[in-house]
Amino acid sequence: MTEANLTMGGQESSLTGLGPAFSIPTKKLAMWLFIIADTMTFAACLVAYGFVRNGSANWPRPFHSITNVALMTFILLTSSLTMLIGLRAARAGDKAAAFRWTMITAAAGILFGVLHVREWIGLIGEGMTLFHNPWGTPLFGASFFSITGLHLTHVTGGVIALIVVGIRYKSGRYNADDIEVLGLYWHFVDLVWMFVVPLVYLLNLAH
Amino acid sequence: MATEESHKNRNNEIGKDLAVYLCLLALAAVQFVIAYQNIDASQMLIRMLTVAIVQAGLAVMFFMHLWTEKRGFVLCVLISTIFVLLAMQYGWTDSTRMVTGAPFSKS
Repeated sequence: MTEANLTMGGQESSLTGLGPAFSIPTKKLAMWLFIIADTMTFAACLVAYGFVRNGSANWPRPFHSITNVALMTFILLTSSLTMLIGLRAARAGDKAAAFRWTMITAAAGILFGVLHVREWIGLIGEGMTLFHNPWGTPLFGASFFSITGLHLTHVTGGVIALIVVGIRYKSGRYNADDIEVLGLYWHFVDLVWMFVVPLVYLLNLAH
Repeated sequence: MATEESHKNRNNEIGKDLAVYLCLLALAAVQFVIAYQNIDASQMLIRMLTVAIVQAGLAVMFFMHLWTEKRGFVLCVLISTIFVLLAMQYGWTDSTRMVTGAPFSKS
């Protein structure tokens, strides 16, 4: 009996004599618990950002162009789709297609990261740092880089995981369940971006 | 025949995924449109958050397949997450008080 199947199929626990409450593989449950915890982390960061924005009289609105953000959003949403296609291929037993689509997802993540860092370099060039910005309260720079930096860290970790899991899946060490668990994480990263974009970018557009 | 049928099922499922993806793209476009509307900041925030919550719902239910899990698990995830998110909204009145410079509550 593999660890993945420990809580499947209504098997009773030898310790408690009770059936599984959720009938979900252990790895998937662990990933869901991590996602719930990470949701709280991001929510706390965004609420704190909203708090300081609401409480600042001179909050700047420096973003003139939405092109880069729109492109990044498109890339991340598309990477979620490619992850799903890879999972469907893995479930159907098509190892080559699953690996290919997983690597395409990783490439999309890398492209997202490159665009993000390019944007950061542009903003730093204009004088915006963690402790200073030329347009108003320094809290703007601190909150912007903290939130987007935390998200970018998650994207980077996800890309590394995609490459490692993809390669191990191809070699036969991992199976379709592992691709699914990783897919959950990647969709979560995309989901967080859906909140970061309106709150951090779109509400700070220069009109 | 079994291979053809599984191929057909896989294509149908990818079709559903594509439909949800296009909905998410459309909702993202709606957020960008809202950003350029000539409305009050609080109205803009409410509209954007509403769209983001709908996007999150679609992603969680269909991309993360939460709707296929056992109902007890779905309720556990949703109730715990929503409870904590709502509990974080406690301090908004303090943030607006900061703008006027009042350091302490008057009550």
